[in-house]
Amino acid sequence: MATGTGNLGPPQRSAASRLNWNDPSFRAILYQIIVLGLVALTVWYLVSNLQANLKSRNIATGFGFLGLEAGFGISESLVEYSPASTYGRAVFVGILNTLRVAVIGIILATILGTIIGVLRLSKNWLISKVCSAYVETLRNLPLLLQLFFWYAIITETLPSARQALNPLPGIFLSQRGINFPVPAFGIAFDLILIGVALGLIGAVAFRIWAQKRQDRTGQQSPVLLVAAGLILGMPLLGWLLGGAPTEMSVPELRGFNFRGGASLSPEFAALLIGLIAYTAAFIAEIVRSGILAVTHGQTEAALALGLTRGQTLRLVVLPQALRVIVPPMTSQYLNITKNSSLAVAIGYPDVVSIANTAINQTGQAIEGIALIMAVYLSISLGISLFMNWYNKHIALVER
Amino acid sequence: MKEIRIAAMVAAALAVSAPAFAGATLDAVKQRGFVTCGVSTGVAGFSNPDSAGKWTGIDVDNCRAIAAALFGDAEKVKLVPTTAQQRFTALQSGEVDVLTRNTTQTLQRDTALGFNAAGVNFYDGQGFMVPKKLGVKSAKELAGATVCVQPGTTTELNLADYFRANRMEFKPVVIEKLDEVIAAFFSGRCDVFTTDASQLASVRATRTQNPDDYVILPELISKEPLGPVVRHGDDQWFDVVKWSLIAMIEAEELGITSKNVDEMAKSTNPNIQRFLGVTPGMGKALGVDEKWAYNIVKQVGNYGESFERNLGKSTPIKLERGKNALWTDGGLMYALPIR
Repeated sequence: MATGTGNLGPPQRSAASRLNWNDPSFRAILYQIIVLGLVALTVWYLVSNLQANLKSRNIATGFGFLGLEAGFGISESLVEYSPASTYGRAVFVGILNTLRVAVIGIILATILGTIIGVLRLSKNWLISKVCSAYVETLRNLPLLLQLFFWYAIITETLPSARQALNPLPGIFLSQRGINFPVPAFGIAFDLILIGVALGLIGAVAFRIWAQKRQDRTGQQSPVLLVAAGLILGMPLLGWLLGGAPTEMSVPELRGFNFRGGASLSPEFAALLIGLIAYTAAFIAEIVRSGILAVTHGQTEAALALGLTRGQTLRLVVLPQALRVIVPPMTSQYLNITKNSSLAVAIGYPDVVSIANTAINQTGQAIEGIALIMAVYLSISLGISLFMNWYNKHIALVER
Repeated sequence: MKEIRIAAMVAAALAVSAPAFAGATLDAVKQRGFVTCGVSTGVAGFSNPDSAGKWTGIDVDNCRAIAAALFGDAEKVKLVPTTAQQRFTALQSGEVDVLTRNTTQTLQRDTALGFNAAGVNFYDGQGFMVPKKLGVKSAKELAGATVCVQPGTTTELNLADYFRANRMEFKPVVIEKLDEVIAAFFSGRCDVFTTDASQLASVRATRTQNPDDYVILPELISKEPLGPVVRHGDDQWFDVVKWSLIAMIEAEELGITSKNVDEMAKSTNPNIQRFLGVTPGMGKALGVDEKWAYNIVKQVGNYGESFERNLGKSTPIKLERGKNALWTDGGLMYALPIR
């Protein structure tokens, strides 16, 4: 404390004057200590009060319950789960379900939002008005209402499983969601996945090499063609190496439900559609503002230099627009993640829904809520960190 | 150093005022002047608002009985609708004084959740309801079915247990609000709706266009003793809640109804005299007015009256007394002696 005052006061001072009540920096630090102490006291008071109350009512505490058998079923899970699994496992399933809807939602909302944002600037009167109407309607209706709407559309208008619509062979549309065939390739499936990964790495490597070559020699390489070839070709190679299997697991109505194939549940579909439709309206506005922020002179200058329309957009307009777009986009991505907790209302088993059930079965509300908060905080901070890194990456390098 | 002295005083004041909750519920209720009861968000026959917004049902009567015992006025209640997931947090946090909300009593809830079960006002069991057109006759035929269920209930656990025990698979559709989960079932999202059999009967009678389109399967897969629940820490309050319910059952055993209670007060039967406070003692022991049981019977009625009014033959739900008949009639309702 005493050493801290040295920065603010004159460099040479005696020990007596340092602890002087008339020294403004000494007072400033003292006030801070008092405020900090009060905050600490309040927290201590609340925590000890809580502990005393929990104890006096004999309510169980601690995170030990995560190791106990959960005993309830979960309708959809990306990993193995049964009622015999633990609460910890159940919460993990919930986290994965939240991430699943958030990640897919972010990608699709960005695509849809960008298309709508660009189209809203279209010179075609009809297209731009339709997009304006979309934005103004969707972003002004409460999301919860929209979720109920989509869920009702799916469950009320689609036929029962026994009278499922069958638009394409093997694809069934019913109140149980969409059931579709998936390849049952066994080992070849893993090889295809490895192929995808290798293709992606190869494409990125080629892009870096092409950039360096262009810097060195001024010659351009067909990056897009090679990348597409790698990303499509490597999995194909994996499929051939795996013996080129063609077996499919096709859904089939047996008893009450479809067996085989894969499915998208109505709950997941309704939540995803609702989140995408709602957030895309905001993203469209962000994209539109970003594009409008780049003056028309930039485009004219680029065209005058002989760049094509595509190059102008890619090399001149977008890099500048992205600097305006990325920061507000981060908050939209955070919104999608947090809004996915409305899943509770339509029965999608996200982390809030599952943690709530765990709270109810064990009575440990404080631990459960702390868990939910920790999960959302981690996901949100992760998104923020990534977006901040990306923002820095694309920021204009000022010379 | 004035600031430091003030800070120290504030800290000391905070430390001293850390509250001790034991025994405080009854005092708080008395001081407030009304009982706060957690009820369901609307289950006909148990706790449900009518067209005028007035809540009725056997759980509401249970709450009113507590108010009658404590204040001599059954109207001094505040009913707080809670979902299955909110109810325990509401009770633990003190938002409600007692749950009179078709809540199943289990060891886990009695211990780890920090509650005390204060008697049973309805013996129930979990059942399954399916649309008639599915042609299902038994719960054993439900392998692979999609089941609508509310989260945070014993129902959800029993469901998983039952399918596990019978080596069948199922897909749960878990929705918190009763209205939403019922809507999902009626729209066909689920093949089966499961909850306590009494609630199934209530939903079938009051929420369907044509009750005959739905059947309740014969199997009951669990025991669901429903009754009032209080939190740990105030034994006196627990006593008041417990004996308010017993008084309703005892009144039926003694043949005292809201109609004849004034006449019965003139009875020479010492049991009845003690019960109605003609012979004093019981009220004092419980810490309430000597007329406590008289007030309950006069204003709320005995258990049988409450049952018939809310669930019985004259209501749309048309439940039999079954296990909820008095023990003398082959049921399980058995009042502990009031003496």
